[in-house]
Amino acid sequence: MRDVVQVDAEVIATRRVGAYHHITFVAPGVAELARPGQFVALSVGGDSSANLLRRCFSIHKVSPSGTYGGTVDLVISAVGPGTEWLSGLRAHDTTSMVGPLGRPFPLPKEPVATVLVGGGYGSAPLFWLAEALRERGCRVDMVLGAATESRLFGVVEARRAADGVTVTTDDGSMGHRGWVSDVLPAIIADHGVGVVYACGPMGMLKSVTDVAAAGGAVAQVAVEESMACGVGVCMTCVMPVAGNDGVTRMVRSCVEGPVFRGDRVRWDAFEGGVCRVPEDALGATAMRAH
Amino acid sequence: MATDTIGGFDASTELGGIRLPNPVMTASGCAANGKELQRFFDVAQLGAFVTKTVMLEPRSGRGTPRMAETPSGMLNSIGLQGPGIRAFCEQDLTWLKARGARVLVSIAGGTAGEFADVAAHLRASDAWDAVVGVEVNISCPNVANRGQVFACDPTTSAKVMTLVREQLPRDTPIIAKLSPDVTDIVSIAAAVLGAGATGLTMINTLLGVVIDTDLLRPQLGGLTGGLSGPAVRAVAVRAVWQVRAAMLAGQIPTAPIIGVGGIATGRDALELVAAGASAVQVGTVTFHDPSAPLRVRDELTALVRAKGFSQFTDVIGIAHERIARP
Ligand SMILES: Cc1cc2nc3c(=O)[nH]c(=O)nc-3n(C[C@H](O)[C@H](O)[C@H](O)COP(=O)(O)OP(=O)(O)OC[C@H]3O[C@@H](n4cnc5c(N)ncnc54)[C@H](O)[C@@H]3O)c2cc1C
Ligand SMILES: Cc1cc2nc3c(=O)[nH]c(=O)nc-3n(C[C@H](O)[C@H](O)[C@H](O)COP(=O)(O)O)c2cc1C
Ligand code: FES
Repeated sequence: MRDVVQVDAEVIATRRVGAYHHITFVAPGVAELARPGQFVALSVGGDSSANLLRRCFSIHKVSPSGTYGGTVDLVISAVGPGTEWLSGLRAHDTTSMVGPLGRPFPLPKEPVATVLVGGGYGSAPLFWLAEALRERGCRVDMVLGAATESRLFGVVEARRAADGVTVTTDDGSMGHRGWVSDVLPAIIADHGVGVVYACGPMGMLKSVTDVAAAGGAVAQVAVEESMACGVGVCMTCVMPVAGNDGVTRMVRSCVEGPVFRGDRVRWDAFEGGVCRVPEDALGATAMRAH
Repeated sequence: MATDTIGGFDASTELGGIRLPNPVMTASGCAANGKELQRFFDVAQLGAFVTKTVMLEPRSGRGTPRMAETPSGMLNSIGLQGPGIRAFCEQDLTWLKARGARVLVSIAGGTAGEFADVAAHLRASDAWDAVVGVEVNISCPNVANRGQVFACDPTTSAKVMTLVREQLPRDTPIIAKLSPDVTDIVSIAAAVLGAGATGLTMINTLLGVVIDTDLLRPQLGGLTGGLSGPAVRAVAVRAVWQVRAAMLAGQIPTAPIIGVGGIATGRDALELVAAGASAVQVGTVTFHDPSAPLRVRDELTALVRAKGFSQFTDVIGIAHERIARP
């Protein structure tokens, strides 16, 4: 059976949500196959575009059997030419979509208490994750953080999707002034949280991993590495992650991720927007030879 | 070996005594080792599947960022990440063989001797019978020569070919993959063909740098990277053209050429074929469209057929016969 499709996706609705664009695409096949935490890769700029590489976006939600066929919702932050172009799409415009891609968030077998942490648009994939967790009897708290109010996504939706919601902003324009890592320890302690799920900037994912470990919880983090293909063929999206055998490898975040156990990621290798190969990583010796 | 015939049109091509059912392949490093693209199309349908360059030992590759988008292309600095030849043979080649794929295995080394060792391991593999040829990626740094790539020097390029040839059966095509970043690509072609190469693949990526203007520093962790994609197509057509012209003029031995560089459509592939390529590879555009290699195969055969030819081989190098001189 096919586990991925490549389709011309048609926009059926687009709306502004704070600093973001929330777009609904009809994408037959993608919705039926997708799980929370997976992503799609979109072509940008039209057929004669000079922007060759696909752009990757977490799936916000899917409706496998909408009026128009399966739909896929994405939340897009316009930061460069590709995301600008996508933000300008109107109803009935189309673009090529490949998905679903990557590994979804693993769901606990037992009903444990969970916290879902989203930084900025990183909250986008957490709402249908919350649904899946609650179906399994898990308690779900949500922590949404951003630099400022307009960069939060889904605060209203969170109140419906979760048992408890905490909001933080760096500038205090909404919720607690500060970072998600300031409020997380108390939530983990209060509810005996077993799993922390997080999606957002790398720095946030690292601190969530640290806070989770300190509170005795497992962190499952969805990373965002620069990707050229999204399907595992180019090797641009790698990061150092330790395997079950304890050996660190430069693994492809598009196929082996984007969700990793936080304590397996070699955060020590990331600094100042670059990631080096740890000296003990598999194959690092051969790189020093030539 | 099977031939793709569509409505009487013969799409097959020949590479140093090996017949391929059609002329379209993946490009090394742009298709991993098959499993990933098998989700989009059957890799056994390609003329050949070209694997990611493999060296003797496992390699982590470089740190990140490893890529930067450029107009109609990209810059990459992967650093030949790979599992090493032993794991490659046990896992990847075995998988490709089970799928019935024809495999052109891309190999490299930091020394001429390492190239030979990699070739020897490959030859000894249980999956060797899936191998239709060996592509020798000489666009990699030579440890003994301060990291200058082998492909820039005719003498070291020739030495690599001689040592690889010694490890492989006489009838195994050895294809030297050349870099366009040289003063005279014809002299490199002459050197490798003189040293036992069966054919040539042109071109590998061109060296480039992208500066991040927010941070005012090079965008790639490895500073320089290889430029690829439609942006380099005219350079690829030029390289194939020059080498084919030298063959036609009798300056260097006649040998099959595999054209690669910027192919996005069947039309693009036809440019390289008309310039002299007997087969083509689809690289970077696979990142844009994972089905691109098979799509290009269909577009290319349909296009050549629509132009009234009955076999693909009739258009190889045809542009050399049709030069309009003002
Ligand atoms: C798994 C995953 C999920 C993502 N989910 C979302 C989401 O839900 N909403 C959202 O707004 N953005 C998301 N992103 C980030 C989004 O892919 C980038 O912002 C976007 O690719 C930038 O393209 P651009 O042309 O606007 O910017 P440019 O910076 O010009 O992009 C140039 C190139 O760099 C790559 N690139 C640049 N920044 C990033 C980045 N942060 N991550 C990955 N690739 C990058 C692009 O793919 C492109 O190839 C996600 C990224 C990944 C990997
Ligand atoms: C990400 C990436 C990785 C590559 N890795 C290899 C490699 O391992 N070995 C090799 O011979 N060429 C490698 N190449 C070069 C391609 O095989 C090809 O020669 C070049 O990209 C030009 O073709 P294109 O424009 O169709 O991509 C790589 C190219 C890219 C973009
Ligand atoms: S983005 Fe190409 S391998 Fe992950």
